[in-house]
Amino acid sequence: METIALSADARPRLSPHFMFRWEASQDAYILLYPEGLIKLNLSAGEILKRCDGERTVAAIVADLQAAFPGHGEEIAASVRAFVDLACDKGWLRT
Amino acid sequence: MPKETGGLSLDGQGKPLWLSLELTYRCPLKCSWCNNPLDFEDYAAKELSTEEWKKVLRESRELGALQLGFTGGEPLQRPDLEELVAYADSLGFYTNLITSGIGLGEERLIALKNAGLKQIQLSLQATRADVTDALVGARAHARKLEAGRLIKAHGFPMVLNMPVFRQNIGMTGEMIEWAAGLGIEYLEFANIQYYNWALMNRDELMPTLEQVRDAEKVVQQWRDRLGKKMTIYFVIPDYYEGRPKACMNGWGAIHLTIAPDGVAMPCQEARVIPGLEFESVRDRPLAWIWHESPLFRKYRGLDWLPEPCGSCAEKEKDFGGCRCQAFLLTGDAGNTDPACSRSPRHQVVQDAVDAVARPLRFRKPLVRRAAGAMSTAFLET
Repeated sequence: METIALSADARPRLSPHFMFRWEASQDAYILLYPEGLIKLNLSAGEILKRCDGERTVAAIVADLQAAFPGHGEEIAASVRAFVDLACDKGWLRT
Repeated sequence: MPKETGGLSLDGQGKPLWLSLELTYRCPLKCSWCNNPLDFEDYAAKELSTEEWKKVLRESRELGALQLGFTGGEPLQRPDLEELVAYADSLGFYTNLITSGIGLGEERLIALKNAGLKQIQLSLQATRADVTDALVGARAHARKLEAGRLIKAHGFPMVLNMPVFRQNIGMTGEMIEWAAGLGIEYLEFANIQYYNWALMNRDELMPTLEQVRDAEKVVQQWRDRLGKKMTIYFVIPDYYEGRPKACMNGWGAIHLTIAPDGVAMPCQEARVIPGLEFESVRDRPLAWIWHESPLFRKYRGLDWLPEPCGSCAEKEKDFGGCRCQAFLLTGDAGNTDPACSRSPRHQVVQDAVDAVARPLRFRKPLVRRAAGAMSTAFLET
């Protein structure tokens, strides 16, 4: 299946039935869903935290660029890549 | 048996990420492929109390457990299920109920939802009432369909689990169609694994390779048609794979099962292996059992592996396969799983496969899981 890139004004949110939270024992953000669990790396966690169905992809990029200054282009590219992947995997919906 | 999950870092860093609680082995059904012990009825008097189960939940959460399956037997047979779900939810578990659907009326479903239950896995054996009812030895079909309808009506995500064997493998297409109509998110075709009751009935239950391939084709056609609406799992039986399954992702790696009497096990079948020292949560702290007990250390990691596994390039992929199957089919749990074509004992699996494909053979009735069949309680003083 082809991954379709999301537009910058899409508003991704967590799919229903997915649980996203900080897990101290893993020292990481995790995703829990029927019969599965995913441990997210630091940047994936920071991106997913902002996918609330309110913010657009562009707003998420801007927000992260403000929070982590000096990595502008890198952040823009990795947000787009992660959001596309997460939509493709069904973790996120738009 | 839980399958591998895409994207999960399977290295649990020594933590039992997946906890299965076998609340009871009591069950109103008589399935001939049940993976409960043959002497299941002897456990009824030894079941953990509500408070004992809560202690298990606390201790396993402290060990880092995250995913929790309430299973059995039929877990709905325990009137304290709702209380245990609520407690587990408050501790931060993702709670799954694995059920036959028998006993899942609307009142209980609402109570479970209020308790914080996240997901329900419902088993269904066939799309026709006469087939289901004959297979499970009870008039269950209509009740299962009603349970499925209620689960969706109350907004639970649902895994529909169809145990697959010769008697129903031709129904995969109809099952997908039915599940899609109901809006079920996950459909799992679980080719049964041959332990306990299923092993006793293996010759009658095992499909031929041709039947497995045909079913796989049907599944693929439906996957293409349904796209992302439904995730369909179809795991082919390891007897036909030529390679063993990565059973439980390794012994004592990420899976922890607690039997109705509190005995902690690396998997739901491990008690078939004689000579292992099983420990109950009634007698020992769970942390000690998981980290230190001889049982959990016995086949943990890769250092213990026999040849040809020890020098095999795939050892980190399958960990030498399943210990229980190695014992049941070769007599020694420390042998390479004979499902592997590199096992010196692979012929026993090949023989079973050949027997199934033989055009003319003696057919036996299925042995149903039933009380009195295998109890050894009378031997105890």
